[in-house]
This record gives sequence, C-alpha cells and structure tokens, in this order.
Amino acid sequence: MLRRAPSHRRAAAGQRRRGEGWFAVALLVPSVLVVFGVVVYPVLRTLMISFFDVDSPVATETPFVGLGNYTEALGEPAFWRAARQTAYFAVTSIALELLFGTGIALLLNAPLRARWLFRAVVILPWALPTIVNGAMWRQILNSQYGAFNALLTQLGVLDEYRSWLGEPFLALNMVMLADVWKNTSLVAFLLLAGLQAIDVNLYEAARVDGAGPIRSFFSITLPLLLPSIAIVLVLRTIETFKVFDIIYIMTRGGPASGTQTLTFYTYLQAFSDQRLGYGSALAYLIVSAVVALAVLYLRLLHGQEGRA
Amino acid sequence: MKSSLAYRIFIHVAALFVAVVFLAPFAWLLISSVSTPADLLARPLHWWPEDPSVERYARFFTASGDDVSAVYRQSLVNSTVVALSTVALSMFVGVLGAYAMARLRFRYKRIVLVLFLIAYMLPPIALLIPLYLVLAQLQLLDSIVGLVLVYSSFTTPFVLWIMTNQFLALPAELEDAARVDGCSRLGALVRIVLPVSRPGLFATMMFAFLLAWDEFLYALIFTSTADAKTLPVAIAEFTGRYSVDFGLVAAGGVLATVPPLLLALAFQRYIVSGLAASAVKG
Repeated sequence: MLRRAPSHRRAAAGQRRRGEGWFAVALLVPSVLVVFGVVVYPVLRTLMISFFDVDSPVATETPFVGLGNYTEALGEPAFWRAARQTAYFAVTSIALELLFGTGIALLLNAPLRARWLFRAVVILPWALPTIVNGAMWRQILNSQYGAFNALLTQLGVLDEYRSWLGEPFLALNMVMLADVWKNTSLVAFLLLAGLQAIDVNLYEAARVDGAGPIRSFFSITLPLLLPSIAIVLVLRTIETFKVFDIIYIMTRGGPASGTQTLTFYTYLQAFSDQRLGYGSALAYLIVSAVVALAVLYLRLLHGQEGRA
Repeated sequence: MKSSLAYRIFIHVAALFVAVVFLAPFAWLLISSVSTPADLLARPLHWWPEDPSVERYARFFTASGDDVSAVYRQSLVNSTVVALSTVALSMFVGVLGAYAMARLRFRYKRIVLVLFLIAYMLPPIALLIPLYLVLAQLQLLDSIVGLVLVYSSFTTPFVLWIMTNQFLALPAELEDAARVDGCSRLGALVRIVLPVSRPGLFATMMFAFLLAWDEFLYALIFTSTADAKTLPVAIAEFTGRYSVDFGLVAAGGVLATVPPLLLALAFQRYIVSGLAASAVKG
C-alpha cells in the first residue's frame, strides 16, 4: 500500500507529461507546416540539382556529375574573386558598423537633451527599405550629376566630378559605404540592448576608485559588451553572405564584376547564364557557410546563458 | 554626481554630427522628389529647387494605366497586403509554437528550435529555383498568396524565436494561478500571457513587418505584373529604366519609407527590448 502510492503518482505525472508532449506537438504543427512545408522540398531539390549538369530549365539531357559542379566552383577564379570580395565586404563593413555602432549606442545611452529625437533619427536608416537605400546612394554617387560630386567640388575637395561607381574597387567600397550607412543603426540598437544590461553600480564603483570615463569604457563597458559584439559579428556575417539587393540596385555586380559577392555571382550563374546545376552547387557552398555560422551563433548564445 | 561640462558638450556635438550624417542623404531624397528634372541635372547642382512641386505625389493619387505613379500606387497596395498578411499568419502560428517552446516539456525541443533557426537563416538563393518551379505548378507565381506563403516561411521562425524568449522571461507562477482558477492552458495563454506580453508582441509584429516589407529577391523573381509586384521591385525597375528623372524614383522611395518609418517610430520604445529578446538564450 505504502509503496504503490508514489508509483501511482509517478504514473500520473508521466501521463501528464505525455499529454503535455502531445499538446506541444499540436501547438507546433502550424508553424512546422508554414515553415518546413515551404522550405524542405526546395532545399533538398537544390541539393539534388547540384549533383547534375543542368544547363537549361527545359534541358532533356542532365547527366549526373557527382561533385563535379562543386570542384568546378572551387577551381573557378571568378568564384574565388566573388569569395574574396564577399570577405572584404564582410570584414570591412562589419568593422565599421561595430566601431560607429558602439559610438552611437553610447550616445543613445548618454544623458542627451532631446534623447527621444536622437533615437528617432537613428531609427531612420534602419526603417529605410534596402532597395530605397541603394537607389538613393546610386543617385548621390552619380558621376554626372550626383550630390556627392557636387558637394565635394563646391567645398573644393575635388577639382572635377568623379565616377564613384565606375571603377571596380572604388565601387565595391561605395556599395559598402551605403550598406554601412543603413546597418549601423541596427548594430547600434543591438549594442544598446547590451549596454543597458550592464549594472550601473559598476561605473559608480569605478568612479569612486578614481577611474575616468575612458578608463571605465575600456575596463567595464567593452569587456561586458563583448558577448553582444560577438553576436552582432556572427549575425552580420550571415547577412553579408546573403547580400543581394543593394548590389542589384547600385551596380548589378559591375563594373568588371568588381562588386559581385557570392550570392550575386550565384544569381548571375543560375539565372542569367541558366547554369542551374552549377548555380545550385554555389548556393550549397553558401548554405554550408551560413549553417556553420548559425551553429557558432548558437554556441555564443549558449555561452552567454552560462555566464548570466 | 554631475557629469562634467566638457563631457556634456562633447556628447551633444557628437550626436549632432551623427544626426547630420543620418539625415542628409534622406533629406536629399525628399528634396529630389519635389525638384524638377532640370534642377536635378543642373551643374552646379541646385541644392534647393527653384520651383518645388509636389506634382509627383499628386499624380500618385490620380494617375491611371501604365503611368509610373499608378504602378507605384498598385505596388504600394500589394506591399501592404503582403506584409500585413504575412505578419498575421506568422504571428498566429508563431505565438502558438513559441508558447509550446517556452512552457511545455517535450523531447527534441532543442533540435526543433535549431531547425527553425536554420530555416530562418537559409539564404533565399538556395531555395529560389525549385520554389519558382513549385509556385509555377501551383499557379501561385505573380500572386499575393504565393508571396505571403514564401515570406511566412522566414518570418515565422523569427516570431517563434523572439516570442519564445519573451514568454521565458515571464514568471511561470502567472499562469499557474490562472490554471488553479480553472483556466485551460490555451485559456491562460489568451487571457493572461498574451496581454502581459503586449510590448513583446508589438515589437515582434514590427520586426516581422519590416522583414516582409524589405524583401526583394523573391519578389523580383516571383512577381511580374501589377497583380503582385511589390514596391521594392517597382522602384528597382524604374531605377534602371527612368534613370533620367530621379525625382520619380525619389518619390517612390519616400512612399516606400513612410509605412515602416511610422511603424518604427510608433513602437520605438519596444525596439531595444525586442532586440534584446532576439539575442538571448535559445
């Protein structure tokens, strides 16, 4: 008698847990359908196409080439060029976004007059659609009648108008500039969330110990902000692997392929040249990079949880 | 303790500088949209139009047929319908899923969450070709329904992710009390949990709306006519074709910025808490 009571209770708890499990499944089914109903087939299909030589949407002969498309990509100078440009784009733009973003986050957190107004201004580039941002900068940087040329010549910095989007490396930097202008806002808000989680008493203690604002930035703010910075780093890197729209609208990958990033190169191969098999292999190279970064992102979040 | 005068001057000057850098390009977009083509092609450039006119905005309400302004109007309607429907669908299913993630115990929870996260981060370029063929077969190309389905596949994991973290931040006792009073799980979710998480819900809706409003690659490939073409696609088209009258592109750009900007300003106090929820735990 005495022994049965606990086991009975355990059985009831087990049943409740099983019931909970079914209830969880019921609540999750709609999301699973909406997400994986759309995503799973294309993901597998692209993987399959990447093993075949498909050179037209209506091709009748599509020989199996195994990893042929992948080895072709890895031996293709244009692929490596796009990869180098993506890496340059990622490293430089994210470094600038973190630098400016940290500064702006500190300002957003500082005792400014009309703080709400400053916050509203910082929101603007974030809310501006990417395509609008690209169209705007494309015009500002126009070689014939752009505002950037007009400003610099009227200030006496430039003697004559320059073609900002006309030379490959310069154009890449200009596209990056437009991208940094827009995304610094988001980075600033993400870092502000991290800043606001820092205990104010730490600053008070530092001040009592005689540390100035610069000293307390480097010994309190920056170390405690590092987890947020790491998260921004990974999230933004994933975004640069996917960057497409701003390049499409500003340069279409030109001049001389100078602004082609991996996604844009893949788009051109798959859609302009209709090399569907090769394009699918390229897409999968991007997928593997993104998944690796996503796993790193989860590790970082997990580490943060452990510290908290 | 009061901060020093030098510090206060420094932060205000710095904030002013940032504000100028952020406002100037957009101000130029606004000015361009009310300038004549001659003003915009002038050298030296006219920083202020000689004869500002809101004609491009007026045409937006009156134009018909193939006129650029009429295309803008139709694609603004399409963008709005697509974004709002995407938000509605993904919020409905995502909130239910998030509640399960945050409050119920079941096996493989962590794997499920990781799969949703990967689905969210998948590059669209990897899905584009087969998705195009599937939509063609289902006759969902160039249709608003097709776009909403595709967009919901990446906004839903986002909603699920943020709302899971929002729900986890609430004390479990809140629901326990309601359930002792005879509420079902679902009843507690609707009557207790959702009202308390209103700030998180607002923030999530805003982020999901911005994601859908900003999307370009899928819309570029999957839509072709006024039936479903969204505003970013229309603007991209005219940026290539009507490169001479930038004023028209500028007016479209301003129109495309108004809805997300108003939304972001209205919900601005939820942005930071929403972002904090998107980047914690898992």
